[in-house]
Amino acid sequence: MPNRESTTNDARNNLISQKVATLPPSGIRKFFDLLSSVEDVISLSIGEPDFVTPWHIREAGIYSLEKGYTMYTSNSGIPELRQELANYLELRYGVSYHPEHEILITAGTSEGLDLVLRAIINPRDEVIIPDPCYVAYPADIILAGGVPVLVPTNEENDFVIRATDIEARITKQTKAILIGYPANPTGAIMPKKEANAIIELAKKHDLLLISDEIYARLTYGVEHICFPSLPGMKKRTVLISGFSKSHAMTGWRIGYVASDRRFIEALTKIHQYTLLCASTMTQMAAIEALRNGDSDVDSMVQEYNRRRRLMFKKFNEIGLPCFEPKGAFYAFPSIKATGMNSEQFAESLLLEEKVAVVPGTAFGPCGEGFVRCCYATSLSNIEEALRRIDRFIKRNQPTK
Amino acid sequence: MNEIFEILEQNARATPAQIATMVNKPVREVEKIIKKAEKDGTILKYKAIIDWSKLGKEDIQALIEVRVTPQRDVGFDAIAERIYQFPEVYSAYVVSGTYDLAILVKGRNMHEISSFVTEKLAPLERVQSTVTHFLLKRYKENGEIFQLPKETNRRLPITP
Repeated sequence: MPNRESTTNDARNNLISQKVATLPPSGIRKFFDLLSSVEDVISLSIGEPDFVTPWHIREAGIYSLEKGYTMYTSNSGIPELRQELANYLELRYGVSYHPEHEILITAGTSEGLDLVLRAIINPRDEVIIPDPCYVAYPADIILAGGVPVLVPTNEENDFVIRATDIEARITKQTKAILIGYPANPTGAIMPKKEANAIIELAKKHDLLLISDEIYARLTYGVEHICFPSLPGMKKRTVLISGFSKSHAMTGWRIGYVASDRRFIEALTKIHQYTLLCASTMTQMAAIEALRNGDSDVDSMVQEYNRRRRLMFKKFNEIGLPCFEPKGAFYAFPSIKATGMNSEQFAESLLLEEKVAVVPGTAFGPCGEGFVRCCYATSLSNIEEALRRIDRFIKRNQPTK
Repeated sequence: MNEIFEILEQNARATPAQIATMVNKPVREVEKIIKKAEKDGTILKYKAIIDWSKLGKEDIQALIEVRVTPQRDVGFDAIAERIYQFPEVYSAYVVSGTYDLAILVKGRNMHEISSFVTEKLAPLERVQSTVTHFLLKRYKENGEIFQLPKETNRRLPITP
């Protein structure tokens, strides 16, 4: 018997594009619903700073409203902000961009990522990404009509993508390599040697490198490698970054793209028809962040570093081996010894001990056997969470 | 090394073991540094910051501007000591500007403070004049904000 209801549903579903209908929801979303049902949870699953934006930056936003800066800005962003960014990138990483033609202000790094993918991808073009990686990478590639090609990374290599593994997956359809170091979810950083091998590869196969450097300021005892600053890379790299993690400005939605003029022009075309411009108040606050916010970044990084050392040490002490994360604010311990898979571990830990971590599989198949733990939370929260995790794994030790 | 003291200043109850992990130094070394600092007066004291109003008990405080006559050889030091030795004086500073000493005084009620000023402070030989400002409301003290609205968690429980 034909089911009338399902026919109607099918018809309705057709209103949604097949691309979107078949796009799997973020693995994080699934966990969010479960998490919302449990009270008094210590959450190590929040991927954003626990600091409020420094007061002088907030005050600059307030002041811009008082002064009546409530209109559109130019599509590319306020000229002073682009100038400050050009100075910043030149001073910090030694790469110089023309503020007028080579920098675009976006509504967060997420918009920048979406723009660049839509600007470069023809149907079925392939974009190489590390596995595991930030949840939006594969989804945004699919939405832009491309095909994400996952390159496995593992703990033996400290979750750094390797040029040889990339090369093995290059085809005629390969358009770009999209990477983000320091990395979410692993906390891995890009070592100089591997970076050099990757840029040689990009040159050899004439590939574009999209470098998501949103965590650039959050490195611990190692220098961040800014890809466009490497020899010959400025013209084939699209640098996307922002203020969310460095200046604790996640909710403001402010980021930027810096690249060769031809890319910025292409991105601006899409940006002008979609966003028009990033929020004016937010851009004004970002100018203040660049002019006077450096010491805030330094003190937040120092605080993250203390928490990082504590979390890293405790995980290894309680028997969840963890490689030393040297960037971002995540630790990515292995939970394989418990005999559980990532989702089972995260779910049981949440229900039994009220500690939330994100299953590694939310970030790709290679995240299996790991969980992401964010240390952007108070020291006392970290200590209590680790006490509970210790209790949890002792109770759930696999029977030999 | 300063980092150890920064951590202690934020949380005096942080243990040497915790601090050692945070600053990546051996526990022994951290213990040694703290012991030494306690001995040589770098660390003066470990205190708690109490919001007494929560206990229904709040001291009256006043900021007093004091103009004094400095003394040969000792400047303001001698008269300042005469004043800051009084237990009512909570803080005392020499300041630049239209007056010389700024002192913070605590008392159980207004009467206690006014009698301190009229009977002890003003009559001192080298004190020329005083101006007393009673504090009406405390917003922030020693870097700590009082009566913050109950800490609301502004972050979602999980974000990408």
